[in-house]
Amino acid sequence: MNKNLRVKSSEYIDETNRISFKFNGKTYHGFKGDTLASALLANDVHLVGRSFKYHRPRGIMTSGSEEPNAIVQIDPGTNRTEPNVRATEVEIYEGLEASSQNCWPSVEFDIGGINNFLSPFFPAGFYYKTFMWPASFWEKYEFFIRHSAGLGKSPTSSDPDIYDHRNIHCDVLVVGAGISGILAAKNAAKNNFKTLLVDEKNELGGSTVYENNEFNKINNKIPSEWLKKEIEELKNIKNLEIKTRTSVAAYHQYNYLLARENLTDHLEAKDKTNKIRQRLLKIRAKKVILATGALERPLIFNNNDRPGIMLSSAIKKYSEFYGVACGSKNVFFTNNDSAYESALSLYNKGINVEAIVDIRDQSESKIVKKVKEAGIKIYWSHSIVDTTGYKRLNSISIMKLSNDGTSVTGSKISILCDCLGVAGGWTPAVHLYTQSGSKLKFDEEKQIFLPNQNTSEQISVGSCGGDFRIDEILKNLNQKLKDTLNINETDLDSIKVEIDQENSKRNIWLLPSDKPLGKTKPFVDYQNDATAKDIKLALREGFRSIEHVKRYTTTGMGTDQGKLGNMHALGIIADTAGVKMGELGTTTFRPPYTPLTFGTIVGRNVGKFFDIFRRTPMNDWHVENKAEFENVGQWKRAWYYPINGETMHQAVQRESKAARESAGILDASTLGKIDIQGSDASEFLNRVYTNAWSKLAIGKCRYGLMLNEDGMVYDDGVTTRLGENHYLMTTTTGGAANVLGKLEDYLQTEWPELDVYLTSVTDHYATASLCGPNSKKIIKKIIPDLDLSDESFPHMSFKEAKIGNIQCRIMRISFTGELSYEINVQASYGKDLWKKCIEAGKEFNITPYGTETMHLLRAEKGFIIVGQDTDGTMTPIDLQMDWIVSKKKYDFIGKRSLYRSDTMKEDRKQLVGLLTEDPNVILEEGAQIVSELNKSPVEMLGHVTSSYFSPNLNKSIALAVVRGGKDMMGKQLFVPMENKNINVTVANPVFYDEKNERLNA
Amino acid sequence: MFLINCPYCGERDQQEFKAGGEAHIERPKQPTELSDDEWAEYLFMRKNIKGIQFERWNHSHGCRKWFNMVRDTSNDEIKAIYKMGEKPPAQ
Repeated sequence: MNKNLRVKSSEYIDETNRISFKFNGKTYHGFKGDTLASALLANDVHLVGRSFKYHRPRGIMTSGSEEPNAIVQIDPGTNRTEPNVRATEVEIYEGLEASSQNCWPSVEFDIGGINNFLSPFFPAGFYYKTFMWPASFWEKYEFFIRHSAGLGKSPTSSDPDIYDHRNIHCDVLVVGAGISGILAAKNAAKNNFKTLLVDEKNELGGSTVYENNEFNKINNKIPSEWLKKEIEELKNIKNLEIKTRTSVAAYHQYNYLLARENLTDHLEAKDKTNKIRQRLLKIRAKKVILATGALERPLIFNNNDRPGIMLSSAIKKYSEFYGVACGSKNVFFTNNDSAYESALSLYNKGINVEAIVDIRDQSESKIVKKVKEAGIKIYWSHSIVDTTGYKRLNSISIMKLSNDGTSVTGSKISILCDCLGVAGGWTPAVHLYTQSGSKLKFDEEKQIFLPNQNTSEQISVGSCGGDFRIDEILKNLNQKLKDTLNINETDLDSIKVEIDQENSKRNIWLLPSDKPLGKTKPFVDYQNDATAKDIKLALREGFRSIEHVKRYTTTGMGTDQGKLGNMHALGIIADTAGVKMGELGTTTFRPPYTPLTFGTIVGRNVGKFFDIFRRTPMNDWHVENKAEFENVGQWKRAWYYPINGETMHQAVQRESKAARESAGILDASTLGKIDIQGSDASEFLNRVYTNAWSKLAIGKCRYGLMLNEDGMVYDDGVTTRLGENHYLMTTTTGGAANVLGKLEDYLQTEWPELDVYLTSVTDHYATASLCGPNSKKIIKKIIPDLDLSDESFPHMSFKEAKIGNIQCRIMRISFTGELSYEINVQASYGKDLWKKCIEAGKEFNITPYGTETMHLLRAEKGFIIVGQDTDGTMTPIDLQMDWIVSKKKYDFIGKRSLYRSDTMKEDRKQLVGLLTEDPNVILEEGAQIVSELNKSPVEMLGHVTSSYFSPNLNKSIALAVVRGGKDMMGKQLFVPMENKNINVTVANPVFYDEKNERLNA
Repeated sequence: MFLINCPYCGERDQQEFKAGGEAHIERPKQPTELSDDEWAEYLFMRKNIKGIQFERWNHSHGCRKWFNMVRDTSNDEIKAIYKMGEKPPAQ
């Protein structure tokens, strides 16, 4: 039953290598070298999909990445399945399966096809206009709309393939390996430029390798033969890297380009495994040569979308390159000479060409004469007014075009045909050029947008630069290469070109029909079903900006981004609105040029590499002891250590009690540590902290609060004076990198005269924090000869010591209010230190505790956590920490801001303690606080910042920021929750051991 | 993605850098003697120019040095780069 339309063997098709594949469940055969599109066409399959909105049957239109219609699902139902793939880009392989999209139950019989007959009710903006009321119903509408629209299906299981990224630096990047690209790359490489040549196709040579027009000669050879020899020579050139199946997706500023190299998509499933599927190339090029070619435009006429209607250039490629006839009765419809080349190509292979319909009144070029000699009927000054055939083109009707091109006259002629090649002229592919930030200019004569103002070192050569004749291309290429590469001679100097090509063209953006526009369907955007009528409607409704018309009609918003129809949309808008196309401009061309897979974008950054975590030297112990972890900054910190199935609350209550009653141990290695040295180190600390540092004795520690220049608390931590000019600063875990950056900023820019050196040593030391009344005894066991008496080693002081041979720094500082020691050792000894402490602490029931217990213990003491109790709007005064702000110091970062009228207001939010009336009720962090219950709207006074049940006090406690809270001590407030109101009383934020007696317990 | 010529390291990818806002705003030497308005001028007021702008940049994933850049914000062309403390180039 399958027809075989393979007409002639082609050197690009290996007919000894037969490949079977399935399309919509049916088995077909093609050959090695075929794309899915060429193989389907060889089997006379044109109908491959349904359109997005009207579900009209659609066929293959093009032979490349600009394809709007032939969008398929590859290998459906497998974990490698990929939706929205252009059949024109899929190289077939044994076992390939593909299916149509956007149709149900099948592409042949699609229920949604009814939309086509209802299309008068689906004008531009239909969804916006129809589903607006009632507004609350939108979610329900959306559910159904999303189900009835949509293209392919995403895979549901994880991607089995490997993806990769690679950085490439080159002198010259050439994008596109057509004749211009090949010659540009060859000459660049020969002149010692490190050159990279990329092309999205698997074969080099672009359209010239199947350019067999005998009237054009390069050095007395037809262009295809001449170019094949040039391609052969590329292999011997050094400095040249060639990447095929590589499509440039984005061209950013400063010649930074992203390209996707496709490595395994053309292979059989068994050959795909354990290989990199796609690689994202991040290319930084000194010079970029764009040789991206041009895309043929269709013509916009009534019912111009039926399966069997294709670009004339695509028909030529299928015939010359793949050896496939797209139909058995072919007609061409054109406004220029290129359709005649396609017609001759078919004629020379014995394929029937019924007629050429040309909207021009004549052309005298040799190729037109040759077509006439071949006896092919040419209808000059005629236009197609309608086509028939639902699932495959059946016939066309043509009429005489009026002189001004706005109407048709005379009688209708009907021509039977199963394939129509449409040639509307060529549009330079300037997408990448404009992505780079460079500007286009409209060429009134050629009716195309051309590169005009370059913003980076780049040139556009060949047809993407506006040259369409081979003689022009080579001449201009030669000059541009010499200029941009700064060379005196090239291979091109000696080339002789003979040419007979006519550039005459008659441009009519929207061709008339005998029926009024409302009764016709001239598609402008095939994928999104936007017609010329929709565009005109948008203009009538007041849309003027091209960007607005695009969004309203969805013209150019499909996966093909309107590569075929955008120029017509602009032309129709310009004609209708009576403005010049140059003034109208274009819509923005955005990356990617063709869609990228998510895999390519993320590369290796998947699974455990998705986000990198930092782990402390003691991490293994925490894991072995079943700790739950929490993310703090990039760190994985032990959160709590549940035993025997404890909940977090139970574990935290147990840990908190143990830490106060006997001994607890915390892994504090994540705290930021900055080593500060230099003769001005004390002065530097004076300037960055709110309190005074000059008089801190060597061997002593001090708590410091750091502000932003706006007076708001930025970070805090304890800094130890290790020597005369040597300090060790600790910062919050999450703030470490930013604090270092801020200190460096001030040192380099504001105070370069200070002799201070900063080094981040966070990762260099591991820290075990021992706390509780028995902590001293445990230290004594580990370091027997260390004098731990309060006289020799008081609170807020530091000693160097040795555990065995291991040097360590011990700070007697406390974030829990208990007697507490922090032992710092070189990171590689961290785990040993930890185990030693646990071992020595066994007799005191030493209890490891995590960040949650640490938070609870410090909240009992009313110690703030920057970032939890502060949010960048709290001054030290707001935090009731006036005691740490030096009145004597002339200046420090943020000082002046503390005296701004705004920061001195009495009714700012201030940190207070909150106690619930019912001590068993625990407030929710973030809950809002009000002073009145029966008022609406009610003023929110503030919110709860920290809240816990304290096992040591046997009641719930909370910290909160409350407007004017400082003067509300003892006042009753309310925390309204969803189901109840909680009565709270404002209290001193220091709930436990107000006199700090336990520090020396 | 800019290609930035760090005055200490040479040309590097933008990923290695951090932008630090407007350049040449000197911290007042005697903040206490400024009125609220004068201090606010230093603290809050920044230009946001379409065109030639003087900016601070930091080679945060490199040498960590701060430097100045003159950039045309309308097309992201980097006009000049110079070290902290050096005079800005004449326009």
